[in-house]
This record gives sequence, structure tokens and C-alpha cells, in this order.
Amino acid sequence: MVKYIGFRLFQALLGLWFIATLVFILSRSIGDPAEVFTARNSGVDAREIMAAKLGLDRPVHEQYLKFLGQLVRLDLGDSVSNGIPVTQILVERMPATFTLGLIALIFALVFSLPLGILGAVYRDTPVDWVAKVLAFLGQSMPPFWLGIMLIILFAVVWGLLPPAGKGEWHSYILPGFTLGWGVMAGMVRLVRSSMLDVLDSDYVAMARAKGLPEVVVIGKHALRNALLPVLTYSSLVLGAFMNGSVVVEQVFAWPGIGTSAVQSVVRRDFPVIQGVVIVFGSFFILINLFVDIMYAVIDPRIKYTQ
Amino acid sequence: MLREDTGNDLLLRVEGLKTYFFQRNAVLKAVDGVSFSVAQGEAVGLVGESGSGKTMTCLSLMRLVPQPGARIVEGEIWFKGDNLLDLTEHEMRAYRGHRMAIVMQDPQTSLNPVYTVGEQVAEPVRLHLKERGQQAIARVLDSLRAVRIPRPELRLGQYPHQFSGGMRQRVVAAMGLTTQPELLIADEPTTSLDVTIQAQFLRLIRDLQQDSGTSVIWVTHDLGIVAQMCDRVNVMYAGRIVESGRVRQIYKEPQHPYTRALLDSVPLMGARREKLYQIEGQPPDLRSIPQGCPFWPRCPEAMDKCKEQYPPRTSLGGEDFVHCWLTEEGR
Repeated sequence: MVKYIGFRLFQALLGLWFIATLVFILSRSIGDPAEVFTARNSGVDAREIMAAKLGLDRPVHEQYLKFLGQLVRLDLGDSVSNGIPVTQILVERMPATFTLGLIALIFALVFSLPLGILGAVYRDTPVDWVAKVLAFLGQSMPPFWLGIMLIILFAVVWGLLPPAGKGEWHSYILPGFTLGWGVMAGMVRLVRSSMLDVLDSDYVAMARAKGLPEVVVIGKHALRNALLPVLTYSSLVLGAFMNGSVVVEQVFAWPGIGTSAVQSVVRRDFPVIQGVVIVFGSFFILINLFVDIMYAVIDPRIKYTQ
Repeated sequence: MLREDTGNDLLLRVEGLKTYFFQRNAVLKAVDGVSFSVAQGEAVGLVGESGSGKTMTCLSLMRLVPQPGARIVEGEIWFKGDNLLDLTEHEMRAYRGHRMAIVMQDPQTSLNPVYTVGEQVAEPVRLHLKERGQQAIARVLDSLRAVRIPRPELRLGQYPHQFSGGMRQRVVAAMGLTTQPELLIADEPTTSLDVTIQAQFLRLIRDLQQDSGTSVIWVTHDLGIVAQMCDRVNVMYAGRIVESGRVRQIYKEPQHPYTRALLDSVPLMGARREKLYQIEGQPPDLRSIPQGCPFWPRCPEAMDKCKEQYPPRTSLGGEDFVHCWLTEEGR
């Protein structure tokens, strides 16, 4: 197990290095940053001063090593628009995005697991139809539209919840629901189909033949096997929430990374965009690492050694 | 043989069992009026081609027919003094895994991949014998030893994927036998094993059966296994038992043309025959079972009468019987 985790950690580091390199190359191949950061008519001098300030007058390999060195020390440079260190901006905004993503995922899991399981166990009964209709509704409503509709209903018409911003606990409800809703729908379908597969298996028949009550047959023998694909999907979703949150954060004026990604693109604030991309990528890699370790815990067939 | 000695010591008596699949626009009669019995300590074979209703008969005995879709519509299953079809689901659970156990066809899939072998064998022990902790572990170890799994203390904590096919099937057998059931249903347990492992497994089950006095229902399409393992045999075709008799009698004088055909298609060691006999045609589709005797389209001796009416039960002495116009007309 330790060997397996060690190997996966090594792979994760390799992935991070790859992302960093890619960001480095991309930010230098889509135009001269010094040009971007200087006013349009400011002449050659200003550009050269800016290039020197950004270290762009040094040879490329030197720039690259410096970039990596700073990255290791978690230094992503300063924002061009307001001079605040990028790391500080991200650290300030990360909790809002992560909490929202986590709340959305928990919401999705809490509803989709029981619905999917019930839908599979009581196939072609009213429970199953309800699950199917919910899945259908969830997948056909885009989050920006759903978010606006919810704001109109709950904030404007009924005045029950705040329309935007991050404050008390109840300010999490609308954005969390909006972000989790579509995922919940997909998850219901996934849990249902994966549960149906497992329920057809011989070992479930065998568990029944042992005389185990249906609750144990499903909760112990079927569920653990049915959860593997759900785990994979959850990890993809967590990764996607980093992107999905760009839309939902905009709708609810949520002070997260998504909002700063949009702002920095509008302001052409290169260091911040770099930072956001690196954070998104790292988060994806970390989730994958976590899922791989969870796999090994849930399914003993997955080999610990390479 | 046993039957005459033990008189009325019946363990299981199935009467007119019918299990149907209900589909949107068809009713498939998978088991269509099956009657047979198993004496205590007796080994009874259930023989037939794929789709003849053997497995569905066994699942009906445990009341585990696939849901939704299939239903036991008629019949009685007497286990000692109780009709299993009258029990509540809760009462029925006390039979499963305790008084009757099943070993299924494919050892690759009948063990849960995510639990240790020890845990899976321990389940019926905890559930039915109410044993816990060290006591349960000791019993699991005994069962693994009984099915001759080497180093059971080590194997206990391992997962199914760490076992070979033959060893897995032994684990499944241990899982069934650990509560010392009165009836073991072996549903083609050796089909997916290779021949030497198959022989070992058969010997193992026969030894265990003789030691414990458990009755066994052997479901198979292999008449060789029946000859080796069983006292009686029931030949199934299209959801019905077409011939039933003591093994020696049936091998000597098969009455039904289908039984004869099955016997002819068994490869014999040292036989001179150039080509193995093969029954012409396909077993009937349950959606369109021919009128009369369902075997007539493939029967070399079919008469007009066979196409019109299903032959009645002709007794062959004792409990042996056959459903065939040839025998019925011949007397």
C-alpha cells in the first residue's frame, strides 16, 4: 500500500511539473507579455522596462528555472492590475470555491445515492419513474438559467434567501443547489445503472441464497461494488466544479476563484490567469490521486504494486 | 436403492411446480409442472440441455426466481413437513443458507470480489448458527479444511481474486456446507472447471455427502457426472420431467427417446464410434413450444399422436416413470 501511494505521489508530481511547463510555454507563445502589459502607445522604452521587470530579458532557460523555483516556493508573481501577490489572491478566494463545490457534491450525493438505489431495486415502479423524471429535469436545465430562476423565486418573489454574495450559512443554499442539481441528475442515472448491473450478478444471488435479509444483500454486497463507478464520476465532478463554478459564481457574484478567473481574463491579468490554471490543474491531479487511493481501499483487486 | 431402505424418509417432495416468466406479450413456461422427490442422504440428478428449466427449478426450490419477471404460479414444495411456498419471506430466509444451500455454476462470479473469503464463509455462520468471534472463525476454518483448502488460516484473510477457479468453487461449497444443510443444490458446479479439477471437486462433494448425510440435487447436462454421483435421475425437457428413474435402470434401459439420445451423445472411453452422436435440431424456444410432446420435432420415432397430445405419465415400477407415447402404447 505504501509503495502504491508513493508511486502515485511521484506520478502526481510529474503531472504538476508538466502543467507548470505547459503554462510557462503557453504564456510565452501567445504574444509578448511585455507588450500586453504596457499601454498601447508607450513606446519601446516602456516595453523594455516592463520586460526587464518581468524578467523577460533573460535567456529562456533562465526564465524557466526561475519560474519553477518561484513555483516551488508558491510564488506565482504579482497581479498586474493591483500588485497583490497572486498566491494571496488565490488563497483568499479558494475557500469560497471549495466550500461551494463540496456543498454541491454532498447535496448531489445525498439525493442521488438513495434515489439511484431505490430506482434500481424497485425497477419500473413509481419510485423509479420519479428518479427518471428528476434525472431528466436535472440534465436539461443549464445552471445559469436555473440559478437566475432560483434567484427570482426565492430572493425576489418570496424574499426567503439572499440573491447573491457570500455571507451567513443560508447564502450557500441557492448557489450550492444550482451547482449540484445537474450533477445530481447524472449521478442518479449512474447509481441506478451501476446498481442494476450488480444486482444481476451471481454474488448477489449467492448472498440471497445464504438467507441474508434484503437490506444486507443490497447495503453490503451490492452497494460497495456499485460505488466504484460513482467514485470515479464524483472525482470528475469535483474537477468540473472548478469550471462549473465559473458560471455559477458569476450568477451569484460568489467571491471564488471562478470570479477572479473571469475578472483576470477581462483585465488581461496574466499572472492571475497562470495561477488559476495551475490551481485548477493541481486540484484535478490531487483528486485523481485521492480517488486512486480510495479505489485500492474499496476494491482489493486493484493491485498495490506496479 | 436408498429409497427402498429408508422407506418414507423423504426430505423434499416437489408437486406440480410451475414457474413462469411474464413478459410484455408472452408467458414463458420455464418450469411447467415438475414433480420429483429427494430422500434423505440421496443424490438426485436433474439432467437436460440448456434452457430445459433445470436452473429455474432449483431457484424455485429456494424461492429465488428472478424478480421482477418470474413467478412460481403453482405447485407445492414440501421440505420435511413444511410447504415452502406457504412460508413468509422471513420464514423462508431461515431455510436459505441454513437447511438448504446452493453452489452455482461459475465460481468466478459467485463470490463477492470486495470481501474476504473468511468474511463470506462466516456470514451464514453468524446469521443462522448465531456464532460470533473466535467461535465463528473456528467453524469457518473447519469448513475450509473440510473442502481441503490448504493453509486455511492464511486463506481466510484473502480475497476471491487470490484463489484459482477450483479453489474458489471449494470456497463456495464451504460457504454452503458450513451450516450443515440438509439439502445441497449443485447447479452445474463443475462446468467451468477443467477436467482434473472437476474430478477432484466431484470426489470432494461425494465424500462430504457420505460423511454428513446431506441430500444433493445435481444439476448437469453431463450424464457422466450423474452416473458417478447420483442415485436417481430426472431428465428434463422444455420445462418438464420426461423420464425419472434409478440411475442404473435408466442407463440400462432408457425409455424416452430423448434420454436415449442424451446417452448416445456421451463420449465413451475406447468406443469405436467415428463421430459422436448429436441430437438433431435445437431445444424448443419457450415462446413457441410445439403442441403435443415438445420433443416430437427432434424425435426419430415421432408418431402422429405425439403432435397432438402430451403423453400421460407411464409408471415403470416403483417411482420410476416416463412420459412417452411409445411406452404408453407399447403396453
